[in-house]
Amino acid sequence: MLMNLFKFKGGVKPPTNKTQSLGLPIAMAPMPSRLVVPLHQSIGGTPRPVVEAGDKVLKGQLIGEADGWISAAVHAPTSGTVVEVAMHVQPHPSGLDAMCVVIEPDGKDEWIVREPVDYKSLTPEQVRERLQQAGVVGLGGAVFPTHGKLTASKTVPMEEMVVNGAECEPFITCDDLLMRERAEEVVRGIGIFRDLLQPKKVLIGIEDNKPEAAAAMRAAVEAVGEDFEVIQVPTLYPAGGAKQLIRVLTGKEVPASKRSTDLGVQCFNVATAYTAWRAIAHGEPVVSRLVTITGNVHEPRNYEVLIGTPMDELLKLATPHPDTDGIVMGGPMMGFLVPQPDVPVVKATNCLIAHSDRLFPPKAPEMPCIRCGSCAQACPHELQPFEMYWFSRAKNFGKTQEYHIFDCIECGCCSFVCPSRIPLVQYFRFAKSEIWAREREKNAADQAKERFEFKQYREEREKAEKAEKLAKAAAAQAAKKAAEAAAAAAAGEVPAPAAEASSPAPVAAPSAADAEKAAKLATIQAAMERAKAQREAAQPKNTEHLTPEQQRAAEEIESRRATAGLVPPETPVNEKSE
Amino acid sequence: MDILLAIAIMALGAVVLGAALGFASIKFKVEGDPLIEKIEAILPQTQCGQCGYPGCKPYAEAIANGEEINKCPPGGTEGVQRLADLLGREVKPLDAEEKPKQVAIIDENTCIGCTLCIQACPVDAIIGAAKQMHVIIGQQCTGCELCLPPCPVECIHMEVIAENIDSWKWKYPVVEIKAAPIKEAA
Repeated sequence: MLMNLFKFKGGVKPPTNKTQSLGLPIAMAPMPSRLVVPLHQSIGGTPRPVVEAGDKVLKGQLIGEADGWISAAVHAPTSGTVVEVAMHVQPHPSGLDAMCVVIEPDGKDEWIVREPVDYKSLTPEQVRERLQQAGVVGLGGAVFPTHGKLTASKTVPMEEMVVNGAECEPFITCDDLLMRERAEEVVRGIGIFRDLLQPKKVLIGIEDNKPEAAAAMRAAVEAVGEDFEVIQVPTLYPAGGAKQLIRVLTGKEVPASKRSTDLGVQCFNVATAYTAWRAIAHGEPVVSRLVTITGNVHEPRNYEVLIGTPMDELLKLATPHPDTDGIVMGGPMMGFLVPQPDVPVVKATNCLIAHSDRLFPPKAPEMPCIRCGSCAQACPHELQPFEMYWFSRAKNFGKTQEYHIFDCIECGCCSFVCPSRIPLVQYFRFAKSEIWAREREKNAADQAKERFEFKQYREEREKAEKAEKLAKAAAAQAAKKAAEAAAAAAAGEVPAPAAEASSPAPVAAPSAADAEKAAKLATIQAAMERAKAQREAAQPKNTEHLTPEQQRAAEEIESRRATAGLVPPETPVNEKSE
Repeated sequence: MDILLAIAIMALGAVVLGAALGFASIKFKVEGDPLIEKIEAILPQTQCGQCGYPGCKPYAEAIANGEEINKCPPGGTEGVQRLADLLGREVKPLDAEEKPKQVAIIDENTCIGCTLCIQACPVDAIIGAAKQMHVIIGQQCTGCELCLPPCPVECIHMEVIAENIDSWKWKYPVVEIKAAPIKEAA
């Protein structure tokens, strides 16, 4: 199969360090002492916990319900007892904690009732629903809920589906071993995605430093009888970035702030395809994943690990060297040191590297930028990292956005090549999170302003309405009084001679004015009487014939009220109600 | 004759240009002061009145008329900086101490349902009715503290909003170099 491959600009070739962990086949990690399963393991809404402390759970039982469409369910990785639903430190550079379900395994590893289905008998909606319920997310690292990517665009015809087996980051070999050992299931999983999206072509991209994986995948594709193309791409970091792999395989360049689906391309990781197949054809939700344990250890190897396994227990399996001083989650280019060794493995954990100064010597101090432009040549997104660096450093965030900082995938190529050893990606992460924080603040301020303005408008309107009502009531009252007075006058004038009746107008006019005055006086009088009655009614009752105890209690209450600064009961309390 | 023609041409020109200017001043009339809007966009819209004005807009108007720019504690030092950049004025230290972002919380056991805080809240972030327990909508609370004084039973307190994983920010990578305290030779 000869195919014209394309190139992406930039990229670097760090030492791959993959052979260490390739020597041994995948092993099942033993059951840990306890499992800490974070509820928020994917992009999107945080799943709601559906279990409580003390509940018995089975392997694969739902413990966190998806919250909204872009969110994926979370399941118990083994059978046992829920110890608590509480905040625990996350494998996140912040070292902050989030809600987790802690499970104590009972050792039986007993599954729930699994319901394997033939996905061909289901509608596409049902398949997507099942994937969401099974917690299938992108296992390449971004953990985007997979079902959200499986709806074909209505406007753009789906041309190619790219399956990402490049695994470009040094040290990591979990996808390599997955393709070698479980190629058939990966291919069948790709088949599900293909049937949902109906692309014209399916391209499986694998870096050419994994010939065994590529051969295994080719054999599996043939065995299953599919027409997927397995393509070996040149080993160049970051060929496994979605946009880079799409560029290499299809020649399409995804423009800034657009998605690959706008060009009719969708990209999935091989491990995602595998979990999708397990979820549909075996009814097994995502409760474990392959993790490469490598770095400063005696026996680097790939393990199938239950989600929620504490990282330090896992690292012990590979017997770390005594000078190990930390754990890096992810690879050396994009990974980060976890805040404490017992944080749990999550769906995004593809690799744990035992860190030591021998393996990763501390960087010499940062030097000033000499404007050599190496970073711009290395950037796979054709950005200008040096410009973004200056503006990030100066906190000129508007300018960083003009230089498209949000297209930066934080691959670390620029930091890798920088002769001044500037941690460029750190600056970009700083700038990005500042911009997001500002955006949140701006939205909050806009909302507050809108609510404040509406409150003012409402108060004005209420005032106007009240005034209008009062005016109307007063007018009605006056008219009524006038009518009464006129009627009274008319009644008094009935026996009067007819001559006078012929000219009632001049007499009626002054009498009407008088009547109005009288009516006003009467209403005032009535209001005063009403107020008096109200005041009397408000006076405390049952104050006679009190026992000394009751008297004391009453006085005590009065004194408390006085100290609390409340108005004494004599003055009416309802002053505020205008 | 020539001079009359020249005068006529100039007069005609003046009339035409005058008409154009008059038309433009009506057609392209700017409603309100655009500077006030720009200032208001920088203010944090907490409507707290800590600046001494009844809301952010009145303070924005006052700033446009020459009021000091350092009277907004919720905006913080950064707000002062941005106002100074906009207006080309000197950056001044904030006229009050800067507080972290807070949210008001009602102690449900103490609340007597008097509705006084509801009337005081500038952004309608409190739900409740007379003699019913009140509650504050956390997302809409601006942390202005205006509900604290009217409460007759002091059941409202402010809580600092803790950082969580979603709101966490990467730290500024530049380590500022400070002069080490000089040790006296023993």
